[in-house]
Amino acid sequence: MSESNQTNEAADATEWPLWEVFVRSKAGLDHKHCGSLHATDAKMAIQMARDVYTRRQEGSSVWVVRSDQIVASDPGDNEMYFDPAEDKVYRHLTFYELPKAVDHM
Amino acid sequence: MYTQAMDTMGKDDGDKLRALRSTDEMVLQQRFDARIDAGEFIEAKDWMPEHYRKTLVRQISQHAHSEIVGMLPEGNWISRAPTLKRKAILLAKVQDEGGHGLYLYAAAETLGTSRDQMVEALHAGKAKYSSIFNYPTLTWADVGAIGWLVDGAAIMNQVPICRCSYAPYARAMIRICREESFHQRQGFESLLTMMTKGTEAQKAMVQDAVNRWWWPSVMMFGPPDDQSPNSAQSMRWGIKRVSNDELRQKFIDAAVEQAKVLGVTLPDPELKWNEQRQAHDHGPIDWAEFWRVIGGDGPCNRERLAARVEAAREGAWVREAALAHARKQRQTEQAA
Repeated sequence: MSESNQTNEAADATEWPLWEVFVRSKAGLDHKHCGSLHATDAKMAIQMARDVYTRRQEGSSVWVVRSDQIVASDPGDNEMYFDPAEDKVYRHLTFYELPKAVDHM
Repeated sequence: MYTQAMDTMGKDDGDKLRALRSTDEMVLQQRFDARIDAGEFIEAKDWMPEHYRKTLVRQISQHAHSEIVGMLPEGNWISRAPTLKRKAILLAKVQDEGGHGLYLYAAAETLGTSRDQMVEALHAGKAKYSSIFNYPTLTWADVGAIGWLVDGAAIMNQVPICRCSYAPYARAMIRICREESFHQRQGFESLLTMMTKGTEAQKAMVQDAVNRWWWPSVMMFGPPDDQSPNSAQSMRWGIKRVSNDELRQKFIDAAVEQAKVLGVTLPDPELKWNEQRQAHDHGPIDWAEFWRVIGGDGPCNRERLAARVEAAREGAWVREAALAHARKQRQTEQAA
């Protein structure tokens, strides 16, 4: 939820640092970003993530990471980064037409 | 609604009035407008007009403050809930509201204002919260009435915000709406239990609560559309999706049917079905009361704000101690 607030906490040491929370909804699935919270250390962040984000059995595992430790791509680079994949249709299975008898391939 | 004070400010002309604008900025603005028109979502790090950012910080923080202040009227009854079951339900609901405040503060923080700054603005009286939480909870039936009417109105308002153009806000709202679905149901069920199995005195208590909460709930949607100066801009930006009057009408139409099931009357003698409009007509809303409560002079404004300020003051040493402890632990680890 809070991708851009890394700058807030460094400036003022009286504010609790921000953490990003990732929850695995059940064994076998990926951890998924679900929100953020303030906590003074990792232990408190895990405890609060459990209290805030898994009150209705939403999770079986929780990750927390300091928001200022996340490195993100720059949205200004989006065209350069992501658009080149657009014209590479041959990377998808639907590009290849096969006879019906083997089409499950 | 929870952010109804957005409608009480003078018209914002915002960016339009700024004389000097670079060509770069105008290109960015055009690209932004095109994305909004195409129904795309805006993420935290994307370029956005300053006025869009400011409007969102104001709206989302008001929404967050409302969740937190909203814990007070119901919290008033936790220790006096009539059964263990009702107490567990109420605790869960008030805890949800604390969580909702947190999701919303986090969403607002993505725009570059820290939670502490927003909380300070609230405590200094510079930021608003919903007028509804300035009414007192006099009896146990008020807890049920809040669930049915106040949460009912809130849900009606919040569902369209799940499609807000600002993605972190929309994501927070999706989570909130999912969790809040039980809030209205538990309130209605609590009132229904009293109306079907209760004594005459308990039934009268429910009717009295409905009488007191009806008009403030109707006012939650904010002033009429023609007196809501910033609505058009918010609609243009996809921050607001449905108008105040439209949401209010939807709420009234739904509540009339629910009141019949409950066996209570709504305190509006002019409330009746209009065949032509296929909607209910209602009596005049006392907007003078609305403006008075928003302006700080409702039954509980001072009490609510004082409770928040006091809680922050009393908890300050805990927050400081936790920070000091974390710092010390880090030093010990580094030394080892």
